[in-house]
Amino acid sequence: MKVEQISIFLENKSGRLADVATVLAGAGINIRALSLADTTDFGILRLIVNDTEKAKQVLKDNGFTVGKTEVIAVEVPDRPGGLAHILSVMKDEGVNVEYMYAFVQRSGGNAIIIFRFDELEKSIHALQKAGVVILKGEDVYAL
Amino acid sequence: MIWNEEFETLPREALQALQLKRLQHQIERVHAAVPYYRNKMAEAGVKPSDIKSLKDLRKLPFTTKEDLRLNYPFGLFAVPFERVVRIHASSGTTGKPTVVGYTKRDIDSWAELMARTLSCGGAHQGDVVHNAYGYGLFTGGLGAHYGAERLGAAVIPISGGNSKRQIMIMQDFGSTVLMCTPSYALNLADVMKEMDVDPSSLKLRVGLFGAEPWSENMREEIQKRLNLKAIDIFGLSEVMGPGVASECVEEQHGLHIFEDYFLPEIVDPKTMEPLPPGEHGELVFTTLTKEAFPVIRYRTKDISRLIAEPCSCGRTFYRMERITGRTDDMLIIRGVNVFPSQIEHVLMSIEGVEPHYLIIVDREGSLDVIEVQVEVSENIFSDEVKVLEKLGKKIEREIKDLLGISCKVKLVEPKTIQRSEGKAKRVIDNRKL
Repeated sequence: MKVEQISIFLENKSGRLADVATVLAGAGINIRALSLADTTDFGILRLIVNDTEKAKQVLKDNGFTVGKTEVIAVEVPDRPGGLAHILSVMKDEGVNVEYMYAFVQRSGGNAIIIFRFDELEKSIHALQKAGVVILKGEDVYAL
Repeated sequence: MIWNEEFETLPREALQALQLKRLQHQIERVHAAVPYYRNKMAEAGVKPSDIKSLKDLRKLPFTTKEDLRLNYPFGLFAVPFERVVRIHASSGTTGKPTVVGYTKRDIDSWAELMARTLSCGGAHQGDVVHNAYGYGLFTGGLGAHYGAERLGAAVIPISGGNSKRQIMIMQDFGSTVLMCTPSYALNLADVMKEMDVDPSSLKLRVGLFGAEPWSENMREEIQKRLNLKAIDIFGLSEVMGPGVASECVEEQHGLHIFEDYFLPEIVDPKTMEPLPPGEHGELVFTTLTKEAFPVIRYRTKDISRLIAEPCSCGRTFYRMERITGRTDDMLIIRGVNVFPSQIEHVLMSIEGVEPHYLIIVDREGSLDVIEVQVEVSENIFSDEVKVLEKLGKKIEREIKDLLGISCKVKLVEPKTIQRSEGKAKRVIDNRKL
């Protein structure tokens, strides 16, 4: 039910994002989803890739600070109200969204949203009860 | 005007005789009263009776800030604690401050020395002394205060901060003498400009500036912008506080050391051998009259040279050249002594933070700003922005708590800060003083 995500610390200077992409390309790693949080001084790049362990290792070998976090990937019908439904479930449960990012699948009509909640187990439970489709890690890596 | 004509113009020979007498007495007293000094002298194989001339000073061991740290807080006090009437402190090299004490007579000597300093800089009875040195553990505020009172001037104990109010008071009270750090003097000039106050409409005539390094360029700027004569004064809490040396208003060239109270030496910082007047080296002081907190051959880590040539003001005391640098890595930020090791101490007390940091000092306008770059290791990294921002704020707060200065913490990628190859570069000082 959980998806592994790697996060990378980046200083706000030109070329750093390109460096990450180059390292991953060199190791034959495919990026499935990504988001970048930025502040004045630094950024945090979050990635879901086809091979988490390998990606983490090559980035570390290249001097990056890398973290691993568990997130949830939820399948949402690609129509108005899809996201609102999920968020209202979480609101009722009193769970906070730390951050989220979405992407649309190439085939099929559904969007996939990656959530980072402050309470992971509680969120999974609540979403399942509400009948929301939670994707397995393997499914997301292989997208 | 010379405050104490008798002593400040003593012929050199008479002065040296007085110094020797005082030195012998001081060494005997310290040897008897302070076990730490007694042990150090025994290790160096020297007894008080070995001091037969001023040249024998070199037989005595040096004292450093490390000695002060080892004896924190009162271990080097040379009088029973009942005789201590004042305690001051300045930054130590790590978390603990350097503590100094004064007896009633020390406070009295200090007032005399600061009265001399003010007089040397051209102040006199009837002046309105605007004392913007900080009052508190820092020796600047109270040291200047007592001296100005001794001089017979009217003191405004305004302390630092709140520049607009300071300027209002200068206008309304007719301040004639300004005492503060040179960078704060420039800050006051900035604020005057903002407030549309013309410095020539004020009564300021002279400013006595110290507690941080400054240059001839800065002097010119201060003199021009504040319409006063800027005098460099010198002191350090370990030796007394302000009142160790002062420029005279006549020459504004070199600071007369009050040699009847303090015995100066210039030593080669590598060989630790004394150097003759004129040569640059580390400034070392031995106190000659201090009761509560005497120091023997205290290494200031400041670089200067002694000027032996007579001065047109009539004082016979040698002058020390304006401080040109340091032999250690101490920084002076807005008048506060800061050691990189103190910042390291803060960083190391925060879990997960590694000792890879870089301190960047800059001057924005007339104010020093300091940025501390800290590498983000896996231990402190988070995928959440707020966690990292909170960490930065925490470091900023703890540095502020320990050092009393605000800084900006910047998180940087690992390995961006140069690793130590021998000596790591911990500080980049971009200030053009």
